[in-house]
Amino acid sequence: MAGPEIKAPAFREFPTIPALQPGSMAGSQAYVASEKIQEAIGFQGKLDDDWQVTHDKAIAKMGDLLGKYRGLKVFMDSCVHCGACTDKCHYFIGTADPKNMPVARQELMRSVYRRYFTLPGKLFPSLVGAKDLTREVLDDWYTYYWQCSECRRCSVFCPYGIDTAEVTMAGRAILDTVGYGQKYSNEIIGKVHKIGNNLGLPGPALENTLEGLEEDVKDATGVDVKYPLDVHGAEVLLVTPSADFFAEPHIESLIGYGKVFHAAGISWTLSSKASEAGNFGMFIGNYDQLRKIALRIREAALELGVKRIVVGECGHAWRAAYAFWNTLTGIGAGANDPFAIELQKQLDPNYKQPSHICEVTWDLIQQGRLKFDKSANDDRIITFHDSCNVARASRMGDYAGGQFDIPRNIIKAVANNYVEMESSTIRETTFCCGGGGGVLTDELIDLRIKGALPRMEALKHVADHDGVNFMATICAICKAQFTKVLPYYGFNMRLVGGVHQLVSTAIKLGDEQ
Amino acid sequence: MTAATYFFAILFYAATALLVVGLIYKIADFARTPAPLLIPTTPAPTTTGGMVFRMFREVALFESLFKANLWIWIFGWMFHMGLFLVLARHLRYFTEPVWFWVALIQPFGLYAGFAMAAGLGGLWARRFLVERIRYISTPSDHLMLALLLGIAVTGLMMKFVMHTDIVAVKAFFLGLMRLEIQPLPEHPGLYIHLALVALLMIVFPISKLLHAPGIFFSPTRNQVDNPREARHIAAWASEFDGK
Ligand code: HEM
Ligand code: HEM
Ligand code: SF4
Ligand code: SF4
Repeated sequence: MAGPEIKAPAFREFPTIPALQPGSMAGSQAYVASEKIQEAIGFQGKLDDDWQVTHDKAIAKMGDLLGKYRGLKVFMDSCVHCGACTDKCHYFIGTADPKNMPVARQELMRSVYRRYFTLPGKLFPSLVGAKDLTREVLDDWYTYYWQCSECRRCSVFCPYGIDTAEVTMAGRAILDTVGYGQKYSNEIIGKVHKIGNNLGLPGPALENTLEGLEEDVKDATGVDVKYPLDVHGAEVLLVTPSADFFAEPHIESLIGYGKVFHAAGISWTLSSKASEAGNFGMFIGNYDQLRKIALRIREAALELGVKRIVVGECGHAWRAAYAFWNTLTGIGAGANDPFAIELQKQLDPNYKQPSHICEVTWDLIQQGRLKFDKSANDDRIITFHDSCNVARASRMGDYAGGQFDIPRNIIKAVANNYVEMESSTIRETTFCCGGGGGVLTDELIDLRIKGALPRMEALKHVADHDGVNFMATICAICKAQFTKVLPYYGFNMRLVGGVHQLVSTAIKLGDEQ
Repeated sequence: MTAATYFFAILFYAATALLVVGLIYKIADFARTPAPLLIPTTPAPTTTGGMVFRMFREVALFESLFKANLWIWIFGWMFHMGLFLVLARHLRYFTEPVWFWVALIQPFGLYAGFAMAAGLGGLWARRFLVERIRYISTPSDHLMLALLLGIAVTGLMMKFVMHTDIVAVKAFFLGLMRLEIQPLPEHPGLYIHLALVALLMIVFPISKLLHAPGIFFSPTRNQVDNPREARHIAAWASEFDGK
């Protein structure tokens, strides 16, 4: 497609809030899923020819969701239009499209909610901003619910904790129901079910890749680090985003996980059945898919008889694992029903289930079981990008906020040069990379570049002032997104990498002494 | 006894009934609807006590709003604290003898009326002056502010400009509570004040004023962050998750 050349927005000297440019992103639409993709995962293939049918199905689905999710109901009723969230979304900051203000994104649905589910909306629609559901409104939903990365930054600032991510998920669930799905996400969900991972990497190819990896590591270090697949009776099952198996820089972190287990002498395995930690069922707000995809991990854990389940560097996967797995699959603790107990009695209660790979590494560091040559990272001046789902939807360690400290502690344990980015852009107020939540697809590149603006500005500052040349992160989507958009902002694409990439560089494997 | 007395007597019975029934219905609806997944905005407290403290900070101090926007926080907090004191001060119309703490706060309540009006004025100004907030404002947002400002201004008028017989007002409301009708003073300021208050009571359960009960049911704020330690199951989802 020969369109105009896509350029990054200019860095702002003073990050002021942009003036509104209505409709500036109205043309940025994700590709719609084909009938084949939709039907493969049990969704209606396409929109009904008769609008009234679509309309009725959408409203019925909305009523269904309102009855099932208290969050959605409370969020629909509670917003006072105070405006506190309006300037908090990276997509609004980058695009200036008012419909990318979190409250306006919610309002796309709330106006319909008012019209069909509240008395004032039925009686006086224009007074309370209520709207009929029309084809135009549904198209707006499609456009703007696929311009949200479900990063929850807005929910930090809303006085009632209204989480636009939940509204976006509900919007996408309704769109899927009426046959208006998004190609990228629904195609990936189909692949997970059919092949076992998001990238469609079949078992034998995975085996080859891991063998090749073992050879590479042997060549580089002289040590036989193993990358085992489907080993029964291993202690640890590692579930990681499939991008870790071949994408750069992701694979460097996979190498790092293997070295950590090797150095600590922990037996571990990957699984060809559960060769994907990611869970796009969350992105589309579909409980059934979320659960089905998560259940693969439970099945693999039961089959392999592992004692611990560990999750690799992936933001939304860690949210699904940390916050949802116990509910959906029983991976966790504290159950009193047979379904969950079956698994929980197999898992070792001395460890958090599931654990994040960073929790594993940091525990080992604290126990003195890992040794590092920190100077091996001396060519790097490092900063850390908090990934949204880790920062605002999960935790690590024993206390609230452990998810911020543990990755930083690891970096400081394996490297000498660490610099923090501007305080309003890190920790719980971190900015999304611009590619999360199911928008990491080429046709949305304009949105992705613009959405990265706040992060790129903070990075630019530490690059210019402190010479930062490596931005570590613990999310497969962040890594892929930054690799793609960094060059648009004049950075080297290799500036982004994983925390375990740094671990991998500095770790002493023990055998060589 | 004037027609206005009967009119306001009926109006307040009706408004009270609608407020109570509407709020009970809405709160029961919130309480009944399950939250199938744990979605607290993290970092979140890991204990129930911590969660209660977080909720207290949100309700009493508007903590998240403070982090978000200082201007909205200043005006909003001024308005709500003013409102809270004014309402507490008004309890003297409904209690005999007046409770000790209500008597105690009477002098503060006076300034509270001004704080409330000033806060409302600031919030309203933002709806005109700030482009982003202008974009998201609906007519009802303006009307809600007009309504509250109207109540505050008529109240302050009665206090400082055209006094009304507050002993008789009290007798009227104490009478309503005992199901007997006492004469209401004939006073245009009072009539407007009371009519607007009744309107506020009626729209409360069907408007954005539901944010007051809503905040207590918001899962991002009222859930405890302990998913790995306790298995969280909601009614409709348990039919899947239990097996
Ligand atoms: C639990 C009690 C309550 C809490 C925690 C609460 C909290 C808030 C917060 C944080 C805001 C946003 C900031 C602002 O615009 O002021 C707000 C707005 C508002 N509140 Fe409340 N509120 C409560 C009760 C009430 C009550 C009882 C009323 C009215 C009778 C009320 C009327 C309003 C109005 C009208 C607004 C919108 C102001 C605007 O247009 O900007 N609130 N509330
Ligand atoms: C049935 C309920 C109410 C009655 C009978 C009532 C009656 C009155 C009266 C008689 C005054 C004059 C006080 C004086 O002269 O000393 C007053 C003042 C005032 N009222 Fe009300 N009112 C009611 C509800 C409300 C509500 C719901 C609000 C706020 C939303 C409100 C806000 C005010 C304010 C700001 C003042 C002036 C400051 C003050 O005296 O506290 N009133 N009210
Ligand atoms: S969840 Fe993130 S992307 Fe979505 S509206 Fe909120 S801030 Fe924007
Ligand atoms: S901060 Fe919350 S209440 Fe305020 S406008 Fe945004 S969503 Fe609505």
